[in-house]
Amino acid sequence: MKLSPPPYQPKNAFTRWLDDRLPVIRLWHDVMGKGYLVPRNLNWLWNFGVLAGIALTIQIITGLALAMHYVASSNEAFNSIEAIMRYVGFGWLIRYGHMVGASLFFAALYIHMFRGVYYGSYKAPREVVWLIGVLLFMLAMATAFLGYSLVWGQMSYWAAQVITGLFSVVPFVGEKIRIWVLGGFAPNAATVNRFFVLHFTLPFVILAVVGLHVWALHRQGSGNPTGIEVKKAEEVVPMQPYYIAKDLVAIGVFLLIFCSLVFFYPNIFTDPDNYIPANPFSTPAHIKPEWYFWPFYAVLRSFTVNFMGIPAKLWGVLGMGLSVLVWGLLPWLDNSPVRSGRYRPVFRCFFLLFMADILLLGFCGKQPAEEPWIRLGQWASLYYFAFFLVILPILPLVEKTKAVPSSVEEAEKKRTDA
Amino acid sequence: MKNSEAKNGKGDMSKDVEGHAFKKPQADLSEQTDKALSGLDRRDFLNVAAVGIAGMGVCGAAIPFIAQMNPSKDVSEQSKTEVDISTIQPGQTVKVVWRDQPVFIRHLTEQEITEANAVALSDLRDPETLEQRTKAGKTNWLVTMAVCTHLGCIPQGSNSSEPRGEYGGYICSCHGSAFDTAGRIRRGPAPTNLVVPPYRFISPSVISIG
Ligand code: HEM
Ligand code: FES
Repeated sequence: MKLSPPPYQPKNAFTRWLDDRLPVIRLWHDVMGKGYLVPRNLNWLWNFGVLAGIALTIQIITGLALAMHYVASSNEAFNSIEAIMRYVGFGWLIRYGHMVGASLFFAALYIHMFRGVYYGSYKAPREVVWLIGVLLFMLAMATAFLGYSLVWGQMSYWAAQVITGLFSVVPFVGEKIRIWVLGGFAPNAATVNRFFVLHFTLPFVILAVVGLHVWALHRQGSGNPTGIEVKKAEEVVPMQPYYIAKDLVAIGVFLLIFCSLVFFYPNIFTDPDNYIPANPFSTPAHIKPEWYFWPFYAVLRSFTVNFMGIPAKLWGVLGMGLSVLVWGLLPWLDNSPVRSGRYRPVFRCFFLLFMADILLLGFCGKQPAEEPWIRLGQWASLYYFAFFLVILPILPLVEKTKAVPSSVEEAEKKRTDA
Repeated sequence: MKNSEAKNGKGDMSKDVEGHAFKKPQADLSEQTDKALSGLDRRDFLNVAAVGIAGMGVCGAAIPFIAQMNPSKDVSEQSKTEVDISTIQPGQTVKVVWRDQPVFIRHLTEQEITEANAVALSDLRDPETLEQRTKAGKTNWLVTMAVCTHLGCIPQGSNSSEPRGEYGGYICSCHGSAFDTAGRIRRGPAPTNLVVPPYRFISPSVISIG
């Protein structure tokens, strides 16, 4: 059952006039105001969607400022960024804000996604919200890669070379596609230019897709930690003022962390090698992506031998691609009728193991391509895929779940009593 | 619209502008079977034709936008690089640039040649002999792209201070591919041997790549 929220009522002649012509205030009311009813029992994990939005906003604002000074040319790019750091007023602040912002954007996204897995947020009727989320994740990955290349330091250059190399696995035309993407035989002047255009454009595409994400979410309303759909008016509160206030607290904490990093540890996430200008004739001995790609990078490197008639290289790229795409299959891989991890004790163990496994994968991805990291990464990749493709589908058949309360109210009462 | 047309006497919805009879949406059964049997009626045909032509137009218009992404002529027509190899000693490798990419020119030692020839082809992922990878009578000159066939890093081993890996040729530290003294892939994720670019000896001491 869908609870009916109070409709928007324009209060004066002007808002009435405007509402008849362009109902923007009504839109705000329905989406962020008193017209959006939210389960009252959301925990702090439900703040991370908004935090990702804040991070995106920071990226767009700092990015626009950087773009005023950045020169998209293979000769000038690196110097223009050094100039931003040294000569442009507050350029250091803006650039460090953009760098730290990218990391916090991914941190928020990852917590947002793990929240979804633990509480089964992807299950019916929110599959489309989830699918759009996975699309957003991929767009963010593309944007971050393109932005990282723009610096045209050693890591930027070799990231551009290696990531566009992924296209070369396509049978027959792979090398042609790679050359088409680069606009040359290796990353060159044309590459920086097009990467800049795409890096500038994609965040606005992301913004539009976020609109779809929220639209799809509001069609069904937010889920909650119990995984039980709200049924009564007592179980919900209006977004404004309750969750607006809560989100503002979260934003405050987020900005505190953001500022601490920008002011005291601006380079904590950066590879020092990227402060060396790009050299197309020497690959750094140990190249690795930014931290948020380490787990996927470890999957890529886990395939070292040809098997089943498929070359190791193709396996690696397929494996890495699948490790992202498999998130989109979750609504169909996990058929458990019980949504929330709260009532699934066995699932909970495997889920904790899954989080530990991703940390391990990330750690392996950070290390040089040597033993024991490759072997360890292979085991970690195995569990990663097993979690999605074997454990989740089989669990509902064998798991004895806890009794699910009949309503959110009852569930939360039980918790406070306990 | 409907009203004004009705006033103009054109309101008969079962006729189109020229007065031909429309098929009513709720056509009777025999008419529907007719349509099913004869496949397309005139209107379907017009729809398919219009959408088809428009679609072709869109595809055609997309061509320049896709093509502009290809390397521009000043990049794609960088064709040849000439290198004097007379000063390269046995055991030495130099890196030269061809089409924005590095190329290894390696003067193999007797021992490296023997090592390469001692490998059974069945042990290779991409079976090729040293002979096939070099010019006739010049098996001591190994010219390959310095671009790992995995994802494009420059392998180490051209400089004697760099590691060469357990097969004595090159090693790519990006994802751990090892190449032997003939530049053939022996271990790691790279699918094929280091690529031999098109080149020829234009004199005993000068090669032209491209
Ligand atoms: C989803 C949003 C975005 C993400 C995840 C993102 C990510 C990144 C990353 C990781 C870098 C490299 C940081 C560094 O090492 O300096 C970067 C650089 C850059 N970005 Fe973005 N970005 C986003 C939005 C934008 C927008 C909207 C613009 C401009 C309209 C922009 C303009 C730039 C410029 C000019 C650079 C190069 C200068 C620099 O290194 O700081 N970005 N971006
Ligand atoms: S690029 Fe050489 S091993 Fe991956």
